[in-house]
Amino acid sequence: MRNIGILVCKELRTYFISPIAYVVAAIFLAISSYLFVSQAMYISALSMQMVRFQQEIPPLDIHQTVFLPPFLNMTIILLLVLPLLTMRLIAEEARGHTMELLATSPVRSIELVMGKFLAAWLVVLIMLAITLHWPLMLMSATTIAWKPLFSSYLGLALMSGLFVAIGLFASSLTENQIIAAVISFGILIGLWLTGSGSSDNSTYTSVIGYLSLSAHVEHFVRGLIDTRDLTYLISMTVFALFLTHLMVESRRWK
Amino acid sequence: MIEAIGLGKRYGPHVAIEDVSFAVQKGEVLAFLGPNGAGKTTTMRILTGFMSATAGTARIAGFDIFDHPMEVKRRIGYLAENPPLYREMTVAEYLTFVAKIKGLSGRQVTVALGDVLEKCALGHVAKRLIPNLSRGYKQRVGLAQALVHNPEVLILDEPTTGLDPQQIIEIRQLITSLAGGHTIILSTHILPEATAICQRVVIINKGRVVAVDSQEHLSARVRQTEQISLGVRRPQPDTVSILNTLTGVCRVTPKPMDDNGQVFIVESELGQDIREALSETVYKNGWGLLEMRAITLSLEDVFLHLTMQETGLDPAHVETPEPTETPLA
Ligand SMILES: Nc1ncnc2c1ncn2[C@@H]1O[C@H](COP(=O)(O)OP(=O)(O)O)[C@@H](O)[C@H]1O
Ligand SMILES: [Mg+2]
Repeated sequence: MRNIGILVCKELRTYFISPIAYVVAAIFLAISSYLFVSQAMYISALSMQMVRFQQEIPPLDIHQTVFLPPFLNMTIILLLVLPLLTMRLIAEEARGHTMELLATSPVRSIELVMGKFLAAWLVVLIMLAITLHWPLMLMSATTIAWKPLFSSYLGLALMSGLFVAIGLFASSLTENQIIAAVISFGILIGLWLTGSGSSDNSTYTSVIGYLSLSAHVEHFVRGLIDTRDLTYLISMTVFALFLTHLMVESRRWK
Repeated sequence: MIEAIGLGKRYGPHVAIEDVSFAVQKGEVLAFLGPNGAGKTTTMRILTGFMSATAGTARIAGFDIFDHPMEVKRRIGYLAENPPLYREMTVAEYLTFVAKIKGLSGRQVTVALGDVLEKCALGHVAKRLIPNLSRGYKQRVGLAQALVHNPEVLILDEPTTGLDPQQIIEIRQLITSLAGGHTIILSTHILPEATAICQRVVIINKGRVVAVDSQEHLSARVRQTEQISLGVRRPQPDTVSILNTLTGVCRVTPKPMDDNGQVFIVESELGQDIREALSETVYKNGWGLLEMRAITLSLEDVFLHLTMQETGLDPAHVETPEPTETPLA
């Protein structure tokens, strides 16, 4: 436990002094802010119009109309930027020979993996927390549906955890950061797209459908907390971390 | 303190080291000497737990390296061939991090940092970013990293490679100053380095230990005969044949004449002291004794000799360096 703490601190320090975390956070926050603001303005313009034409205003579901579209788009942005945040984690230790220090210190490889995972995940959680100010600002203008909002953030947080774990695994495969990023894009896009586009009901498509990342995340963002989705995201994350642990251990046996 | 028992490592079909065994006593400084690719780094990586072995094991401070890796790692300081430095840290930040992952906490870290900065003379660069340091200073930071938790055992892989002569001297002095307080294994492919810093030498070639001994013993092992260099002022045509008649002498090799006289290399059977007989003969014949010195092989010759034997090459057929001559005591 102590070792994990030391490693988390070290990784966080590295994130806060290297430009990559700031660039990733800036891009993510700029795009998601734009999505929030434009969606909110679009919806408010729409309702003004309805009032003007004396139409009967249907009860407005704030979550479905204002928050859902930007949240769904945020998942895509995270998929595109998180590999850039995680590519360095293990690849750089291998390339810079610092793995030799870590592996000959009294630190277990699982502690190493967990330390790196938690640090990177924490950075993403901070980014997500910053986006919370948009819903909070709307609090004065309208009533917020808190339950779906909570569910959305839970889904985004767990999904980011999985993305980070997969990125960490990719980073353990190579000494080259770019290759690590490309591998994690590959895995993430593959997982994202599996299951889309098939509609028949064979076992094959239902298995593939279960693997599909986008479907599980979408449930959360729509406001549904389902144990199957929870299980999917958590078990996939644990599995990716376990594979990373195996990769780090396997260096010894080369 | 350190005991390697039949260590072996293969990379696929390639055998990197085979049956490497040696022991190091507490407080001793041992050199691991061998040409590039001999298997020095591989052996050290196994001892430090960075790599597994495919055969054999080792005990460090009484702990088996495979059964109790954490106990062993706590007691080892390791300077790898490429010092493991973080580009984004200052010297002090880096050493603090290393102290913590080596298991120190709280006050211990501060004390250890102060000690190691002083020991390695790094105090004035403590706040500098590591990538901005010179090569010599980076190597010192590497050494400080191995030392920071005051480990019983230090394993240093070619600590002076790539440094300029001044830096080499500084690093060697630093290592020498550490001897006694720590048990040290140091690898090198430079012979004078092994003799300068270490009490004992393990010579390794092509993955096998070819010799383990102190420097003097190694020289003695190789010598089949005692050799004496004899310089006389007025050699005669029959000098060689007269010398050959002395008891114990097996061969006399005359060197070319020069202005001062001539030098003869007189070989005698091992253990025979012919110096007295020699000087008497020279005096009786009035050749004029100029010098008489015993020739010992330098470790360099020993090394070449042993490694050549190992591959089955006849050392006589390879160009050997001139043996160095040491004056008789
Ligand atoms: N990762 C590796 N994969 C395959 N062969 C290796 C690897 N590392 C070292 N070797 C081989 O093992 C032998 C010993 O290497 P090494 O221990 O680095 O020697 P030294 O440190 O004495 O120069 C060499 O023949 C080298 O080519
Ligand atoms: Mg080496």
